[in-house]
Amino acid sequence: MYRNLTIRQKQIVWAWAFLALPVLFYSVIRFYPTGNAILISFQDWNLLGDRTWTGFDNYQKLFSDPVFWKVFKNTFVYLLLGTPLSLIISFVIAYHLDKTRFMHGLLRMLYFLPFMTSAVAMAWVWRWFYQPVPVGLFNNALAGMGIPQFPFLQSTTWALPSVLAPAVWAGLGFQVIIFMAGLRAIPRSYYEAARIDGVSTWTVLWEITLPLLKPTIVFIVVFSSIGFLRIFDHVFNMTTNNPGGPLNSTKPLVLMIYETAFSSFDMGYAAAQTVVLFVVLLVVSLIQLRILRDS
Amino acid sequence: MAVTEIRPTTDALLKTQAPKKSANMGQIIRWTLLFLGGVAMVMPIAYMISTSLKWPHEVYNLKLIPDEPHIENYTYVLEDGRFYWWFLNSMIIAVITTICNVIFDSLVGYTLCKFRFPGRYIVFIAILSTLMIPTEMLVIPWYLMSQQFGWLDTYWGIMFPGLMTAFGTFLMKQFFETVPDDFIEAARIDGLNELQIWWTVAMPLVKPALAALAIFVFLGNWTAFIWPLIVTNSVEMYTLPVGLSSFGDEADVAWELIMTGAAISTIPTLIVFLIFQRYIIQGVVMAGLKG
Repeated sequence: MYRNLTIRQKQIVWAWAFLALPVLFYSVIRFYPTGNAILISFQDWNLLGDRTWTGFDNYQKLFSDPVFWKVFKNTFVYLLLGTPLSLIISFVIAYHLDKTRFMHGLLRMLYFLPFMTSAVAMAWVWRWFYQPVPVGLFNNALAGMGIPQFPFLQSTTWALPSVLAPAVWAGLGFQVIIFMAGLRAIPRSYYEAARIDGVSTWTVLWEITLPLLKPTIVFIVVFSSIGFLRIFDHVFNMTTNNPGGPLNSTKPLVLMIYETAFSSFDMGYAAAQTVVLFVVLLVVSLIQLRILRDS
Repeated sequence: MAVTEIRPTTDALLKTQAPKKSANMGQIIRWTLLFLGGVAMVMPIAYMISTSLKWPHEVYNLKLIPDEPHIENYTYVLEDGRFYWWFLNSMIIAVITTICNVIFDSLVGYTLCKFRFPGRYIVFIAILSTLMIPTEMLVIPWYLMSQQFGWLDTYWGIMFPGLMTAFGTFLMKQFFETVPDDFIEAARIDGLNELQIWWTVAMPLVKPALAALAIFVFLGNWTAFIWPLIVTNSVEMYTLPVGLSSFGDEADVAWELIMTGAAISTIPTLIVFLIFQRYIIQGVVMAGLKG
């Protein structure tokens, strides 16, 4: 049977033989659950009782829930602080690291090392740093210099930036490496031409380096935005005694989803929140691609 | 004409030659600042390791080098037994998932790259579109699925969502583009079947990409938190991040023991990094530019 097939037909048979298992996997583990999540978002279900159709009730409940709007705001604060901050810091480091030859490898290693750590482990390390005197490293250092205590994780104002800091810290190395690759890809001849024309370093940066780095910047902005919108590990581990606290001031959308689904077992309501997360991620990425590609 | 063309060059030469000393000074300042920044970057890791080697009475001082470094914290934490299990669980899960991804992502990437068959474009778009779906949207259906089939609290339950990834598939597809079709054609004429061609001809040619993929998948699964947190119930089934999180949350656990747990879950990936540094940095660049 197989022997009688043409070479082209044999190729088709092989291709589908190779793809059979993966296609099954993507259908059952990716597409079916996606549809299922959307379906559940229109139902009321506490995991034990019956599933009842409730139309848009879950979404209505969500949009009239003050906690949701607080969480929604927090999620965007993570995004709006985290993305620009990490973009600027990583660019400044990459720009200077690119011009440094002496012990370049060592410096690069120092900046990249945090990327290889586990978010949970580092969340606990930073949590320790933030503790009040006599436990926490930062407050001990402040006390040593005679500066008043700083209420990192206790304050509703400062808890969110404090939780964000290790997330930014851990991602910097990755972005620095991507930026350096982008900088390397800019042809040397552009810089030489600029030098011959006697253009200032500042002008070179604004007129040559940054415009030519645009694809790299677009990638980093979209990639890190998705990461900050989905922040969970750091928040959960730094506030386990009161997840998302104090007073929901650090709670992001993913933590709200986790609690609704796996503490309250309100599956329909949680599914509606995941659909909102999906839409937020999609819209933010599309807007960023639009703006950054056109300008 | 000739004069105007030469002048900027000489100007530029004069400019670059005159302030050479201060340029060197600038280089030194630049290097020093970068070095201090780099040291600050690794400080949290350094303090984690240093504290895990300290006795309780010196944990809260700022000294980076312990007065009398010791490994009592490690023996204490490991004798408790739980970290030993969690380490083993994480290792088993990360290794199996990595092997699965290396095989399947490259097989699918290879097929999409080198075969022409009806349905190719649809499969390509379908897999690509899964990149837009956040994991958090899938955890509820995955949980229900696991509950229905009895996968809760099992290795399979922790692993099944990550056995193949769209990201890995596209990374590999990009790299198989660099394998010349002539090689594959020649192997066909030599009478190798398609499976042999993929495994013995194409795969060895993309080894750097496979290494990068393996490291990413391993790191991702080693540090994965939310899904293992949801799918495991019993303490023996926890992975390291889930275990560390519950360990830290227990009342009265000393900080030096938490730091020891954190070090146990971080040191393996740091060692992997120090050994395969070049591959990993190349991998980040490849993934960033092509993925």
